[in-house]
Amino acid sequence: MTRRTLMTGTALAAGGIATMAFALPGLGFALGPIFEDTSPTRWQDVGPEDDFNEDTYVPRVINITPDIGDAGKTTIYVRTFNPRRDKVIEGQDPQPYVAISTRCAHLGCPVRYIQASKKFVCPCHGGVYGFQGQVEGGPPVRPLDRFYSRVEAGRVQIGDRFSLNSDLERFAPRDPSNHLDGLWQYLYPSRPTT
Amino acid sequence: MSPPLPRALRPKPRRPGDNGNGRNGQNGSTVAPPKPTVKDHAVEGTASAIGWVEERTGLSPFLRGFLFRKVPKGTNWFYTLGSATLFAFLSQAVTGVFLAMYYEPDPTRAYESASRITNEVFLGEFVRGMHKWGSSVMIILIFLHMGRTFFFGAYKYPRELNWVIGVVLLVLTLMMGLTGYLLPFDQRSFWATVVAVNINASGPLVGPYLADFLRAGAEFGPTTITRFYALHMLAVPGLIIALIGAHLYLVAKLGTTAPPWLKAEKKDLLTEEI
Repeated sequence: MTRRTLMTGTALAAGGIATMAFALPGLGFALGPIFEDTSPTRWQDVGPEDDFNEDTYVPRVINITPDIGDAGKTTIYVRTFNPRRDKVIEGQDPQPYVAISTRCAHLGCPVRYIQASKKFVCPCHGGVYGFQGQVEGGPPVRPLDRFYSRVEAGRVQIGDRFSLNSDLERFAPRDPSNHLDGLWQYLYPSRPTT
Repeated sequence: MSPPLPRALRPKPRRPGDNGNGRNGQNGSTVAPPKPTVKDHAVEGTASAIGWVEERTGLSPFLRGFLFRKVPKGTNWFYTLGSATLFAFLSQAVTGVFLAMYYEPDPTRAYESASRITNEVFLGEFVRGMHKWGSSVMIILIFLHMGRTFFFGAYKYPRELNWVIGVVLLVLTLMMGLTGYLLPFDQRSFWATVVAVNINASGPLVGPYLADFLRAGAEFGPTTITRFYALHMLAVPGLIIALIGAHLYLVAKLGTTAPPWLKAEKKDLLTEEI
């Protein structure tokens, strides 16, 4: 090794270390939110048990992101679980209430429940879902998401969101447009943020 | 060698017998030179100021090569689309800086501050309108510029790299459009961005993580709008400015092409001499 290559190498190494010293923490700072779940489970009261029945959905507004005003609120549709008609998945405890998310499984527009046809309809690209939230038409790739529910002292409470595949089996919450059936599901893994 | 100065800027040679007083030096009489006018002082002052900078920077050959370079025969108005795009970008940069003086990137205050710009700030509606409509103008101009380059075959050797840089600039400009669309924070911009982020989420394997990066989490949160704001006014414009520099350097270095309808003149040079 000559003196010249030593000096060149030292200069390059010093520059590299100095760059990494600010670039790596900066990158971690920007990418950090990908790796942490910042929304702890919160149970939200949506009314007494008498408000809900088995035959129709009742709209309720819950707050899925605190501190950002109206942008953090979302509408959900709630009805009582019906053990005679609703599917019970083996190994997954049925929720006492069916709380359907209005986030369309295509690209996230808000769907609306139409009582006359007992269907959920999305205004953006024509997605249609049946009474169980299963896909009946249009581009959505999986049924509408649901929320965990429980009853505390006669009041209905709503918890975290979860996603379902076409057999209404429960999965960790996914983004809209992420498949949960067949080989497709392996392309859209569960993430640390949820 | 840098190209010569245009004729109007070249110093005029002295005519024979001209001693500067317009009398052709008849009779050999010595006449006092005329007093320098205000204009003479101005010209001399400017020249010496330019000379001062030139002596310390040596910019002149570079500027002369850039500004007075030769362009091919048949150069026409279509060749101004690139400059038009550049000026659209400058207009976006300037109006954007001024909008940032009044805009507050906070989910509970963004909408109010944006409507205050439109309704209360002096000329606010005009400046916001220029920024809003100018963004569409810039994207339209980019596509026209791209079409000119494509149909004139100006992307071919040795200019492929400049085409690639131009495509990156197009993508960055579209990212400006995407990140800027959320900032008014009304119903339309909120839901359009929800859909746009979910389109990103639909990419296999990396898509869900990309969506988490854009949202700063699994849901639209308090820092989503500040994230979009930082990308919109710091990260992406910085990249755009750097790449515009590279784009212009290559234009000056490689020169422009003649339009395809002009055939090369068959000079005698091309015929074989025996």
